[in-house]
Amino acid sequence: MAILNLIKLAIKALQRNKLRAFLTMLGIIIGVAAVIAMMAIGQGSKESIRSSLSGMGSNMITIFPQSNLEGGVRMGGSSFQSLTMKDVNAIKKQATKIDGISPVVNASGQAVNGGQNWPTSIYGVSQDYLHIRQFSLKDGVNFTDKDILTSAKVCLLGQTVIDNLFAPGVDPVGKYIRFGKTPFQVIGILNPKGQSNFGQDQDDIILAPYTTVQNRITASTVYLNQIYVSAISEAASDSATNEITSILRANHHLTDQQEDDFNVRTQAELISTISATSSMLTVLLTSIAGISLFIGGIGIMNIMYVSVTERTKEIGLRMAIGARGSDILMQFLIEAIIISITGGLIGVGLGLLSSFLITKLAHWPVLISETSIMISFLVCGITGVFFGYYPAQKAARLDPIEALRYE
Amino acid sequence: MAQEILNIQHLKRSFAMGGETVHALKDVSFSIQAGEFVTIMGSSGSGKTTMLNILGCLDNPTSGTYMLDGQDVGKLDRNQLARVRNSKIGFVFQSYNLLARTTALENVELPLFYNKKVNAAERKQRAIKALQAVKLDGRMDHLPNQLSGGQQQRVAIARALVGEPVMILADEATGNLDTRTSYEIMALMQDLNKEGKTIVFVTHEPDIAAFSSRTIMLRDGSVQKDLKNEKVRSARQALEELPPADSYSI
Ligand SMILES: Nc1ncnc2c1ncn2[C@@H]1O[C@H](COP(=O)(O)OP(=O)(O)O)[C@@H](O)[C@H]1O
Ligand SMILES: [Mg+2]
Repeated sequence: MAILNLIKLAIKALQRNKLRAFLTMLGIIIGVAAVIAMMAIGQGSKESIRSSLSGMGSNMITIFPQSNLEGGVRMGGSSFQSLTMKDVNAIKKQATKIDGISPVVNASGQAVNGGQNWPTSIYGVSQDYLHIRQFSLKDGVNFTDKDILTSAKVCLLGQTVIDNLFAPGVDPVGKYIRFGKTPFQVIGILNPKGQSNFGQDQDDIILAPYTTVQNRITASTVYLNQIYVSAISEAASDSATNEITSILRANHHLTDQQEDDFNVRTQAELISTISATSSMLTVLLTSIAGISLFIGGIGIMNIMYVSVTERTKEIGLRMAIGARGSDILMQFLIEAIIISITGGLIGVGLGLLSSFLITKLAHWPVLISETSIMISFLVCGITGVFFGYYPAQKAARLDPIEALRYE
Repeated sequence: MAQEILNIQHLKRSFAMGGETVHALKDVSFSIQAGEFVTIMGSSGSGKTTMLNILGCLDNPTSGTYMLDGQDVGKLDRNQLARVRNSKIGFVFQSYNLLARTTALENVELPLFYNKKVNAAERKQRAIKALQAVKLDGRMDHLPNQLSGGQQQRVAIARALVGEPVMILADEATGNLDTRTSYEIMALMQDLNKEGKTIVFVTHEPDIAAFSSRTIMLRDGSVQKDLKNEKVRSARQALEELPPADSYSI
């Protein structure tokens, strides 16, 4: 029998029991929607982590303090203290592949303007920080060497801090705020950068001369939390890293046997580490979704079995009026495929819709790939054939006389 | 000389039931000519259905030969038998066997779906014609549960006719119907027979057999009698002789 006829028969058979057909599809619908949405979330977060990291400055190199196991006890990264201004100055003097360097000392606390309070972080940095992080000034000026020398109580504000401390329309430049107990004069405003994807607001930031933060806020004048460097180009990142490593090793008087007591990381490395993590997340989410698709397939098989048993008499009749075993096989197989493909279609729609809602409502980044849609479709077709075949074969092998006599 | 539609020789059919063997048909031979209206009679368990299943190519005999329309059915495989059923035989069952939630027209179209040579337009046209032949062309869009038993059986007859088979096989086709409706069905069968259709009609009711031109009596799997009926009763006339349907209403 012509395949078109079989498709028509299968559609008619399904239309006779629409609710059941829909319920059978439900497993597939949910499975496919889950696959699409999960992959969209996974891919989206990966992509936006990547783009926000490179937005932070793809030439950026970060130096963290790190234990080299000297004392026998490895301490957590931030609590370990090995980086000082001596290192900054040595790198600045000796490194050839860099065009900016800034120490970082940071502290959390309350920013206050009159009655307005806002919990945020203050970063003690040098002038180069803006260039390294690719911040730019919307208004006002950057601080000067003199400000650093004198531990001047001046600061630059990110947009989020401004929004929370100042009434709309008020120009913050020249105004005073407090961070903790220390008063700061606002001398500049940063252009907003928006959200990064760690859920971190990059504009929730106060920048001040590092000397000021060291002297007035952290009261620790020797050690730095981090050092930020920018290489002259992305391509020069690796050689800049090597330069920095040897400068720091010499500066820290490390012998050949000793490990580094610091960690130099380029942005590229950070990107690949984080993308690897989020790839794993994608795989995990997708396999969970895949399992639900598989369960959907078992649902199809189950219902197809019930359907074959229930329609035994119909099968007998079809055989009596001239259907061959292969016609019956194809009819049930096509029914299963139609169920799974239709379920797949609805699932894709639902997946796209929920991805859209996730971006709209939860502000999660999503990225819908055609591959995920195509894979879902393929899997649906295979599911239909795979789980539909066995029940269909059972139907095809029925003896027409016994099938006709079935009550 | 009339053309021979079917010829069976020394047909036997036995079933293995556990340790025992049930001989449902024991050495049956007869032939049927084109245009005959044959009833197969016999009490319950005499082998009528077994006979009809073999004639309808749904079952194979244990031994013996069966020639249908010049073709040796015993030599055909499963798929070829399906083709023979589709093109040469029209079945009518006691329980109608219409597909539920499927319109009369679609039910009648069904056999043509399994015939590659018929396209959609022709399929519909032939189904309409078959429904006209059973006087149900006004109910094409009705579902089986919107039709009376007699009407459902007429749809089933239309479905048997639509493939233009060489013969119609009916198994107790009036078994579920009241006398009046049974006679209506038999009148329809007689009309079809007059138009040249060969009919083999299984029944256990003697008054139904009176409408046919020949009766083969089965008993315990053997032919007991094979009689030509010289005075075929007209089903239409029998209908008129029935008391009016509303005679018992006040
Ligand atoms: N599939 C079968 N298996 C075993 N015995 C059967 C089977 N079909 C029919 N028979 C037996 O064959 C005999 C004839 O049955 P059947 O042809 O159905 O009679 P009828 O239709 O005249 O009432 C009965 O004794 C029945 O029990
Ligand atoms: Mg019977």
